[in-house]
Amino acid sequence: MTAPGSPTPAAPPKEEVRAPVPRIEVLRWMRENLFNGWYNSILTVVTLYGLWKVVPPLIRWAFMNSCWVTTAEECRKATGACWSVVTSNIRFIVFGFYPHDQQWRPLVAMLMLVAMLFYTRDRRHWKRSLVYMWIAALVIMGVLMKGGVLGLPSVDTTQWSGLPLTLLLSVFGMVAAYPLGVLLALARRSRLPAVKSLAVAYIEMIRGVPLISLLFMSSVMFPLFLPEGVTINKILRAQVAIILFTAAYIAEVVRGGLQAIPRGQYEAAESLGLNYYLTMRLVILPQALKIVIPPTVGILISAFKDTSLVVIIALYDVLNTTKSVLSNPQWMGFSTEAYIFLALVYFVCCYAMSNYSRRLEQELGT
Amino acid sequence: MSQEKSPVEAAPEAGQRPIIEMSHVHKWFGELHVLNDINLTVAPSERIVICGPSGSGKSTLIRCINRLEEHQRGRIVVDGIELTNDVKNIEKIRAEVGMVFQHFNLFPHLTILENLTLGPIWVRKMPKREAEELAMFFLEKVHIAEQAHKYPGQLSGGQQQRVAIARSLCMKPKIMLFDEPTSALDPEMVKEVLDVMISLAEEGMTMLVVTHEMGFAKSVAHRVLFMDYGQIVEENTPHEFFENPQHERTKLFLSQILH
Repeated sequence: MTAPGSPTPAAPPKEEVRAPVPRIEVLRWMRENLFNGWYNSILTVVTLYGLWKVVPPLIRWAFMNSCWVTTAEECRKATGACWSVVTSNIRFIVFGFYPHDQQWRPLVAMLMLVAMLFYTRDRRHWKRSLVYMWIAALVIMGVLMKGGVLGLPSVDTTQWSGLPLTLLLSVFGMVAAYPLGVLLALARRSRLPAVKSLAVAYIEMIRGVPLISLLFMSSVMFPLFLPEGVTINKILRAQVAIILFTAAYIAEVVRGGLQAIPRGQYEAAESLGLNYYLTMRLVILPQALKIVIPPTVGILISAFKDTSLVVIIALYDVLNTTKSVLSNPQWMGFSTEAYIFLALVYFVCCYAMSNYSRRLEQELGT
Repeated sequence: MSQEKSPVEAAPEAGQRPIIEMSHVHKWFGELHVLNDINLTVAPSERIVICGPSGSGKSTLIRCINRLEEHQRGRIVVDGIELTNDVKNIEKIRAEVGMVFQHFNLFPHLTILENLTLGPIWVRKMPKREAEELAMFFLEKVHIAEQAHKYPGQLSGGQQQRVAIARSLCMKPKIMLFDEPTSALDPEMVKEVLDVMISLAEEGMTMLVVTHEMGFAKSVAHRVLFMDYGQIVEENTPHEFFENPQHERTKLFLSQILH
């Protein structure tokens, strides 16, 4: 028995506890992950063989034997990819029928949009002034595109095409569809039967038809109902169709978020004396909308890609301008390269959106 | 339980105008008769503890007072305003009646301070600075001022419940309703919440408390109500209620919870 207070002899010698240092040993890693057992070994070998057959030829085609800035004739002689179809037509692919000497205007407008998005990403900039900045920026972008003031020659909207048109349709589509979708979601959960059934009817109807049919209706059927002599801009009609379509989907996602908010939150807000509007605005929606950021971004990304469907009502978005380059006899047959480029453009935009949303979630995370 | 300080001073005189009056109140959830002919009059500064087995309708009773539940028959008058379908009246009453929930129901996306100032700023139209001063005053009172800029999720259950009480107090209510405020807490946190409630009682707040904390009932309440099957089975002063229960059901209930 040791006297109380004296050091306990049984105490083990203090060992220094350290986190294991991760050491990557290439050979061991390969043995453990690629060649553990005959089955995985065969898979590894087959996969390596497949890569050996595919990757080097692809690199040769895309980079080593390819033409970058040549004429179509030289392209035809070469064995590799003909990127010249993109480089020599880039201005048409991007800006379409916008007057050649004025193309700096849509370029500036697009750069402004990107700059605004970057600026908005930072939570410290979320003040009331940001709303005014956006309104001002959108007005300036509109003026740049349309012209007719400040010595800018007017450009008819029928000449708006290419990437600016795609961005216009998607940005306005999202910006308008989002609040509309939130309103629809609230209406669908309303206790007033008339409001609720209207919202249900709208959402189910829109979700029940493909976007293409809505676009057709807006471009073919809708003008029939207008009095003679009245026309509504074609881009505007397509824009409205996209907004109505996207809003229905957003409404359902937001409704899911609303349902995830516990009853107690409503009760706590109500027992403070907040009315319906304030309860929603201050307590429920901030929580619900944050929960549904990931699925909402999913919808916005697919809305962005869906804008390419305006091809079928003869609007020249960036997909359609690319197609019309390929219909030029000189460049016929180089569709692979052109579409790869187009896919890259879409990928960059969609990837930026999903990155943006991840960043937004971090900013909002508490 | 120390009995020296005779806690139950004379109940507020009956002559005053009652602050809550419920007469012949009925409520059904579908077929279930959750409130069956409730008659209850509460005087200003009176403190009432409501107990009873689960499902007896005690929560529903106090939730009817600020219309989180709607009664289907009878009359409820709170501070001179009758509860009807008139939304304006309901909002007016809710602003005068504070409510503390079993699960705190703090707003998780707002800081503690913002939780407290939400009501004063938006319902009472108080300037932000003034609302924040008020909020800090009540946070001091529930001994939690140093947490003002944290979020609810960073606080313990007992702290959250004290914040919830302070949030209600910021509305300067005339009546406070407590719906099992300590039932969701770890045992070691019950006391800190009860202490806050006791100090509130000492200041003369009108309180209706649904709880199983019989020690609290003994030392703080003027009246104890026992409910079962949607009815008020027995009501009495705490002393009589615990020492000399009249009904079989009350005796059974007390034997079950007091061991």
